[in-house]
Amino acid sequence: MTNTAISGKGRQAGKSARPGTFSLLLNNTLATAGLIILIAVCLLALAAPVLPLLNPDVTAPANRLLPVFSTGHLLGTDHLGRDLLSRLIWGTRVSLAVGVSATIIAAVFGSMLGLVAGYAGGRTDTVIMRGIDMVMAFPYILLALAIVAVLGPGLLNALYAIALVNIPFFARNIRGITLGLSRREFVDAARLSGKSPAQILFVEILPNVLPVIVITMSTTVGWMILETAGLSFLGLGAQPPQADLGSMLGEGRKILFTAPHVSIVPGVMIFVLVMAINLLGDGVRDILDPRLRAGSLTRPVARTVVLRNPADVPAPSGDENILDVRRLRTEFQIGGTVYHAVGGVDLALRQGECLGIVGESGSGKSLTAMSIMGLVPTPPGRIAGGAAYLEGEDLFAASDRRIRDLRGGSVAYVFQDPLSTLHPLFTVGNQLEEAIRTHQPLSRARTREKAIELLSLVRIPNPKERLTTYPHELSGGMRQRVCIAMALANDARVLIADEPTTALDVTVQSQILTLMNGLRRERNAAILFITHDFGVVSAICDRIAVMYAGRIVETGKTDDILASPQHPYTAKLIECVPVLGEPERRLDAIDGRPPVVNNLPEGCAFADRCPQAQSLCRTGEIELVAAGADRGVRCLFPMNREPSA
Amino acid sequence: MNDGREKTSGEDTLLTISDVERIFGGERRLFGGRAPAVHAVQSLSLSVRKGETLGVVGESGCGKSTLARLVVGLDDPTSGEIVFDGENLTDLARKDGNSLARKVQYVFQDPVASLNPRKTIRTILEAPLKHLTDLDKDGREKRLTELLQAVNLAPEFLERYPHEFSGGQAQRIGIARALAAGPELIVLDEPVSALDVSVQAQVLNLLDGLKKTFGLTYIFISHDLSVVESVCDRVAVMYFGRIAELGPARNVFGTPMHPYTDLLMRSAPAPGRHVLMAEDASAELPDPYNPPAGCAFAARCNRKTGACLDNLPAPDQAPGPDSGHIAACYHPLIEA
Ligand SMILES: Nc1ncnc2c1ncn2[C@@H]1O[C@H](COP(=O)(O)OP(=O)(O)OP(=O)(O)O)[C@@H](O)[C@H]1O
Ligand code: SF4
Ligand code: SF4
Ligand SMILES: [Mg+2]
Repeated sequence: MTNTAISGKGRQAGKSARPGTFSLLLNNTLATAGLIILIAVCLLALAAPVLPLLNPDVTAPANRLLPVFSTGHLLGTDHLGRDLLSRLIWGTRVSLAVGVSATIIAAVFGSMLGLVAGYAGGRTDTVIMRGIDMVMAFPYILLALAIVAVLGPGLLNALYAIALVNIPFFARNIRGITLGLSRREFVDAARLSGKSPAQILFVEILPNVLPVIVITMSTTVGWMILETAGLSFLGLGAQPPQADLGSMLGEGRKILFTAPHVSIVPGVMIFVLVMAINLLGDGVRDILDPRLRAGSLTRPVARTVVLRNPADVPAPSGDENILDVRRLRTEFQIGGTVYHAVGGVDLALRQGECLGIVGESGSGKSLTAMSIMGLVPTPPGRIAGGAAYLEGEDLFAASDRRIRDLRGGSVAYVFQDPLSTLHPLFTVGNQLEEAIRTHQPLSRARTREKAIELLSLVRIPNPKERLTTYPHELSGGMRQRVCIAMALANDARVLIADEPTTALDVTVQSQILTLMNGLRRERNAAILFITHDFGVVSAICDRIAVMYAGRIVETGKTDDILASPQHPYTAKLIECVPVLGEPERRLDAIDGRPPVVNNLPEGCAFADRCPQAQSLCRTGEIELVAAGADRGVRCLFPMNREPSA
Repeated sequence: MNDGREKTSGEDTLLTISDVERIFGGERRLFGGRAPAVHAVQSLSLSVRKGETLGVVGESGCGKSTLARLVVGLDDPTSGEIVFDGENLTDLARKDGNSLARKVQYVFQDPVASLNPRKTIRTILEAPLKHLTDLDKDGREKRLTELLQAVNLAPEFLERYPHEFSGGQAQRIGIARALAAGPELIVLDEPVSALDVSVQAQVLNLLDGLKKTFGLTYIFISHDLSVVESVCDRVAVMYFGRIAELGPARNVFGTPMHPYTDLLMRSAPAPGRHVLMAEDASAELPDPYNPPAGCAFAARCNRKTGACLDNLPAPDQAPGPDSGHIAACYHPLIEA
């Protein structure tokens, strides 16, 4: 389900709301500054032939070492009387050209090697990468020196040397990405579409690697300019009388104390240029990085922001409920669009009870569950209204400190993917003990004992030995058991389980369900169980709430709902699931798709897909109407209703 | 070991897999010795008849996907032979991969990941038409329209990018791509596991319709027993790289013979079923690097005897009461 959900998010966040690459760049002040400086320097360098500059190579011994701001020589002259301003601009032109060309050469050859090595794999990969390793084994500048020593000094040779020593850097980066991409399913698909390896590499993979190549180039071009300057400084690059920034610096070195401006002028230029390029490069990297792109550039806070009208906080519905969620509304703001992901949800959970939340992907099941303890990332999420009471305490009004104590204490979560909860670098024992210690001050030995108890509680064989294993050494089912053990570490009153068995095999799933069922009986904990599978619901839930487009459309006892669904959506949802032992049953698909929650239609959100829809369904607000004990339906024309009920 | 092969090889058999094995790892190391080897698929024999849907079920890691990749030529068997329509498939793939791709196609589990994020749907669907058929530009255009119609997508979707599609729509595109070159056999590797139940039903119904329209043969891989039961004619239950039970879907699900099939069936949740059979947590899965000598299921089996631990049961150790129903077990739940 995760993938559909992700694609859903991408689609909704789509073009309209998401700012473009360039405007994101302009948002970053430092990167913009870098960009402006770089453009200015480039324009200056490009314009060198048309600017009214003196000839940079004409010597005038009479005017040696004129200071800055001398008439006719704005930046003074060097030890041979050459105009420093002119040399600076021409020199910058050379340095930029060499740096950029070296980057392009390194990028082309390095990426090519990386692409081939990553895609071909096996022996080809080994040979190429060992070669690269050998190049990398030499200290960087030493290798460049050696190459120039062999080829002879000169600007062009320096360029080759710099390019060559940078090839491994590109090759390694690109190989890693290519390796990942060539295992992706779309590459297999291209192969089955009859594409040749070369076509796959250059038509399918290369476009996906390009952003990484651009990032790598933008972050290395500054270094390459610096390295070229280094070689020229040592006299191995630009040869007299030609000026480049490095050779100017080298010439100024001998007279650093008598005429410091001769070296300071090119030094400042190198600093400004490299700084500008690196600032811009970092900005470019931040923007092309897909993780930063998807969200906003601000870091989410540790708890969801609550922006509700204090005058309109609903009261708890009764005191026998351990968890009582009232009119919960959670929204997302992306750009100028507001998504009403949870649109007024009421839930009540009694002691020892298991309530299932069922619905399609994107119906708001997970967000409802995460809102309770403020786990929805802000930005872009926020709680826009309603209340959640834990044993009478208003969670949305509680202090951050209190929420931290409750999380993993009275209220514990179990997620679909155990690996996202468990840290890969710590042993199971460490993590369990940590979970216990943050909430209870126990001695080391007692904590360990408790950890062992917990592992045997979730029926892990040889709990003592398992304490020292790492999460990756356990099977998926075992990992999920460890997560449940962690959730139970502090005698949770409420366990919120978000599709805890979806990623597991059926035999393991049945073990986990049986385990959770037993635990709630033994410990009298309440479970909020999120799933999309009616079979799983039957096995564990006493009551269910069916969600559609951010609202509960039907709620009631599990058996009642399964036997006689009253909301047309519930009925359809049950009908489209194949049932073991009934192969002849026709699968009745629901046409169409759920509505996008930024622009819900008036009236019933299901109307476009509902076979029973009438014109009345498309107007006004449809309330969740009680229909017998524990039963509620949000529909004007419910089904399966006996006249007496 | 070939005795596991069914006696159907004569009549309309489209694909025959004989004694196929796929070992990962195990290559010689630089300093002597061998890398540890995993037998992903072991002495597996199976045949697929023209026009049927053969289901393959089993838990994660049992070798389902490896088998699928072998059949479409994305991977080569370490030993054994796969014959498609009278031709050796491995040779065919080696000689000319495209001629195999014309006859056998694949639908992937993750619909979104199987579409290149930087290509439009048109480019994606045109690729097989360009490389596998000799249609000219107009012919391709016509075929594209037909394909979209077949999978029930609007023509304007052609110019869009994969991320703009929901999982169900993306899977339709994946199916259209598989259909493009007019294959005879389509391997569907968990085609609906990533989809929502309502969308799953849409895709299953679509697959059913396409099969009838184009006279296709399916190999349908899934871990969901109820889905397999509802779409398949015959079923192979895999455990630890081998076939545990094989037979008509009606028989395998109605009267399972192998204890593993029985365990799967009793573990599967179903609406209205309150109690699930739960195995003891200590039940050990066999170590793939160090497979047991006897029946791989023995550690989890409550019917095992000494014989089970010593020798591997043959694929057709237990012939069922109905023809074509076999199980690799010494003590099946029902005897013939
Ligand atoms: N970080 C986010 N930014 C923007 N929108 C989001 C974010 N998280 C969720 N949404 C949107 O909120 C809605 C509800 O999402 P939620 O995760 O609660 O669905 P769900 O019912 O749990 O689905 P699934 O079965 O796929 O887990 C969806 O439309 C989703 O696209
Ligand atoms: S309110 Fe109308 S459209 Fe909505 S579910 Fe009921 S009958 Fe269908
Ligand atoms: S062969 Fe023996 S151990 Fe294996 S499944 Fe049959 S009874 Fe069980
Ligand atoms: Mg969810």
